[in-house]
Amino acid sequence: MAKIIVDGIEVDVPPEFTLLQAAEAAGAEIPRFCFHERLSVAGNCRMCLVEVKGGPPKPQASCAMNVRDLRPGPNGEPPVMFTKSPMVKKAREGVMEFLLINHPLDCPICDQGGECDLQDQAMAYGVDKNRFAENKRAVEDKYIGPLVKTVMTRCIHCTRCVRFTTEVAGISELGLIGRGEDAEITTYLERALSSELQGNVIDLCPVGALTSKPYAFQARPWELTKTESIDVMDAVGSSIRVDSRGREVMRILPRVNEAVNEEWISDKTRFVWDGLRTQRLDRPYVRQNGRLVGASWSEAFATIAEKVGATVGGRIGAIAGDLAAVEEMFALKQLMTALGSGNFDVRQDGAALDPSLGRASYVFNPTIAGIEEADVILIVGSNPRREAAVLNSRIRKRWRMGGVRIGLIGEMADLTYPHDYLGAGAETLESVAAGEGAFGAALAAAKRPIVIVGQGVLARADGAAVLAKAAAIVAAPGRDAGWNGLAVLHTAASRVGGLDIGFVPAEGGMGTAAMIRAAGEGRLDVLFLLGADEIDMAALGQSFVVYIGTHGDAGAHRADVILPAAAYTEKSGTYVNTEGRVQLANRATFPPGEAREDWAVLRALSDVLGRRLPFDSLNELRRALYAAHPHLAAIDQIAPATFSTVSALALSGGWFNPGAFTGAVADFYLTNPIARASAVMAECSALAAGRSAQAAE
Amino acid sequence: MLADKDRIFTNIYGLHDWGLEGARRRGSWDGTKLMLEAGRDWIIDQMKASGLRGRGGAGFATGLKWSFMPKKSDGRPHYLVVNADESEPGTCKDREILRHDPHHLVEGCLIAGFAMGAHTAFIYVRGEFIREREHLQAAVDQAYEARLIGKNNIHGWDFDIVVHHGAGAYICGEETALLESLEGKKGQPRLKPPFPANSGVYGAPTTVNNVESIAVAPTILRRGPAWFSSIGRPNNVGTKLFGISGHVNTPCIVEEAMGIPFKELIEKHGGGVRGGWDNLLAIIPGGASCPVIPAAQCEDLIMDFDGTRAVKSSFGTAGVLVMDKSTDIVRAIARIAHFFKHESCGQCTPCREGTGWMARVLDRMAHGNAQKSEIDMLLQVTTQVEGHTICALGDAAAWPIQGLIRNFRPVIEERIDSFTSRGRTVHAVGALEAAE
Repeated sequence: MAKIIVDGIEVDVPPEFTLLQAAEAAGAEIPRFCFHERLSVAGNCRMCLVEVKGGPPKPQASCAMNVRDLRPGPNGEPPVMFTKSPMVKKAREGVMEFLLINHPLDCPICDQGGECDLQDQAMAYGVDKNRFAENKRAVEDKYIGPLVKTVMTRCIHCTRCVRFTTEVAGISELGLIGRGEDAEITTYLERALSSELQGNVIDLCPVGALTSKPYAFQARPWELTKTESIDVMDAVGSSIRVDSRGREVMRILPRVNEAVNEEWISDKTRFVWDGLRTQRLDRPYVRQNGRLVGASWSEAFATIAEKVGATVGGRIGAIAGDLAAVEEMFALKQLMTALGSGNFDVRQDGAALDPSLGRASYVFNPTIAGIEEADVILIVGSNPRREAAVLNSRIRKRWRMGGVRIGLIGEMADLTYPHDYLGAGAETLESVAAGEGAFGAALAAAKRPIVIVGQGVLARADGAAVLAKAAAIVAAPGRDAGWNGLAVLHTAASRVGGLDIGFVPAEGGMGTAAMIRAAGEGRLDVLFLLGADEIDMAALGQSFVVYIGTHGDAGAHRADVILPAAAYTEKSGTYVNTEGRVQLANRATFPPGEAREDWAVLRALSDVLGRRLPFDSLNELRRALYAAHPHLAAIDQIAPATFSTVSALALSGGWFNPGAFTGAVADFYLTNPIARASAVMAECSALAAGRSAQAAE
Repeated sequence: MLADKDRIFTNIYGLHDWGLEGARRRGSWDGTKLMLEAGRDWIIDQMKASGLRGRGGAGFATGLKWSFMPKKSDGRPHYLVVNADESEPGTCKDREILRHDPHHLVEGCLIAGFAMGAHTAFIYVRGEFIREREHLQAAVDQAYEARLIGKNNIHGWDFDIVVHHGAGAYICGEETALLESLEGKKGQPRLKPPFPANSGVYGAPTTVNNVESIAVAPTILRRGPAWFSSIGRPNNVGTKLFGISGHVNTPCIVEEAMGIPFKELIEKHGGGVRGGWDNLLAIIPGGASCPVIPAAQCEDLIMDFDGTRAVKSSFGTAGVLVMDKSTDIVRAIARIAHFFKHESCGQCTPCREGTGWMARVLDRMAHGNAQKSEIDMLLQVTTQVEGHTICALGDAAAWPIQGLIRNFRPVIEERIDSFTSRGRTVHAVGALEAAE
């Protein structure tokens, strides 16, 4: 520890602390533009200048100088730093003046207005007069894709965006060209950025140079209601803030959550909100003479009751989709059980995950933050960049820390970090598990390995065997005690929660594939789809399909009755992320039209079906849920999983099938009904498709 | 006046063979092995004793700089980097070394490299120096061929010299920007600390020296530090290449003793000021970044670090720009301000924004199209840039303007008065240019 005196207050900080951190430790606020905790130090805005004794006799950039760089006084007194001295005040005013001389006075038409670092700091540290009589600089706006709008005249060249894209997102597509006052941020020949994390540059930009294109001129920050919630676009469960005005979601921003998403979110998470407005199911529908016709709730319920009454429990099934919250799955499971059916499944893709084996067999055991402690990472049948973009940036962060080896078995992909491409299929997995090759040897010798198993490979017929082989690698001797490196990477926000509450076929019940087959063969009369759109609707034959969901997607088109429900921003729901972390999403707006929250729809339906569910409010439902599954009550916690599960799994074996492993997500931008309803996501998807077509040429 | 026997650069005018043979005849590569055998510490001690101050402008003691390099390698290689990116307006001494006396530099690289435990030297040559680079490369090749350098050379210290050609950016003469450029990145200065001696090129301990500092080292060691330090005044010793340009009758590069009176330098080597000494208006003593010195102070000016500092200027690289009374001093400084605006790398705020602002205001002042209150404003802007930037380019841009205002404020005021008396109203410069 090193002592330093900040404005007369002595603090004891680690010597590698920067002066800026030391000042914060002493409670002194230092303005900054270019400095960002999660990016490398650039030191170029010069706003954080402070005066030091024991260093050079001119103002020093406090973000770039370490406490240990300062010399103690002649009698060994600690170095001294001033953050409020006349020299500092003059320096800040000077820098602020320089930042403002070429910055346009267009705050009234700038989307950053109200949440602009430059605006705020100009108020706090600037002077109120303008001495600049020359013409202001104008800079041409750049096209950098459909998500980020540029007004480059406003740019203050802090290079946060450049550092983010190069360091965190792992794409070298944004840069500073030109020099002096002609320096401009741009992409090469104004091509669109290819990162699925690019939206974060909007948050990073301290001024209004990079703003959200879809959100442009939509709202002002002070008129938005801010709701802290959880994202469901993938299974990472990023912490988000939903900004809404009236009944519409206006934008989605990340919240800081060190354990999960740090402060990044993927573009799908950020820009999906226009999909919440389009293709919505806002009233019940009943199919009459082959056409869906609007109906009242009671008509819809009566139609269902008629069909359900005409059959028996064993011929009724239910499939939960990727965006379902735990509460509604819990209610649906109870309803199915009451109807005498054991046919329900949360695994739309038929992934070989069995909750009866224990929780450790289906969660991302090492945790997302734990990636930073791994020494070898093996990715099996997954493309984390597409399946969990934010988690992928954590792997990249680990790679940037150095001393890690990353291997990939499956489809070749640009993961944004260098990795050993080992092979495509099961035989490669077997040889790596046997310690063959350089990577196999490294994996065998690893103390804290992580084996990431993707849903694409688990959905294969030999998924269980692949999972067992991954468990065997993890459970091999020589691993650090307490380290569980079996990492199942989910893509669906509902999956782990569904597995936790046992939304899988009961004794003798049918799973997703069996239900679809039974429906096609006329052995299943009624099928409930709880937001399930990713199954083959054409294979459902003549069965009576009830779709409970939000968007007019595949499920709604096939449905015989549609019950409109609430999207993730319109209900309070529990989601369990791929790590097994229980998180609570909150309601920001109300469902449109006659749509209701899913659990309430199911509760009302149960009444009509004569199988009234034993709860009248969400609280009562949760009480029953927590009684049945106590770990779900521990919000933001991960219930510890037992390693014996992995050891047992390792002993189970199985036959491998030939054929290459594939990822679960073909198109990052169109993975769920909300994203498919979004025009922004469609544009991004088309751009990405064009890029990959170009790359293939 | 420096005696011929005390000259280090005996072929600075290119009258003789610049190649290895000629250099050997003039004494280069003589007893180099003995110097290396005397050891690292001996070389550094001799350099310290000689009192040589860096010839690149800042005047930092060369021997001291060499001694900053770690004594023992921690596994990283050490590097010597020679800054031959001589781009300062008014400075043209290094190019004469490169094209006419390159073996001084090549030999100096070996000695300096040995003294800091470096097996590799990079010489970063300015982009515009084509012939200079060719000569230097040829000299390096000759040295390789004669096994003076390279693997298993006759000196017993494996040493490689890489001549790297820049792309012609002034900022790449700043030592850390030079390192960035050398690594293949955009030439933008790095934050210091860490200093190059800890983490320089490719993250390894590096010393960056000016061409002249390295090129004089072999002769200093051969003739002894006492000889070198006997020339000039204390703290400002040795010989120095002076560049004399501008309004003199015979512009030239000349090796002279430090501390030579300015008047003597001009009269003896520059052929006198054009139109006589009384026609002198001002000088810029060491390259464009040094503040101007008005004629009155040139009378007794001593040309060395302390002598120029006494008149609030700086010695720089001793590239003297002489301006006679036909010079429009405001336009001259405005042109220099334009140069720094053009060469600012754009990385940090005060320099990126400030250089453009200062240049534009000066452009207007050169026409008289300004308010008198803007003179003080301009002076204040220069202080807002100076000392607030990552590298010294901000300072370099500010000093000439401060020198102008300090010494020639009446000229600017007069210009403004005559502009307004012609009935012109004060506009921003763009409007004026459109009108004319």
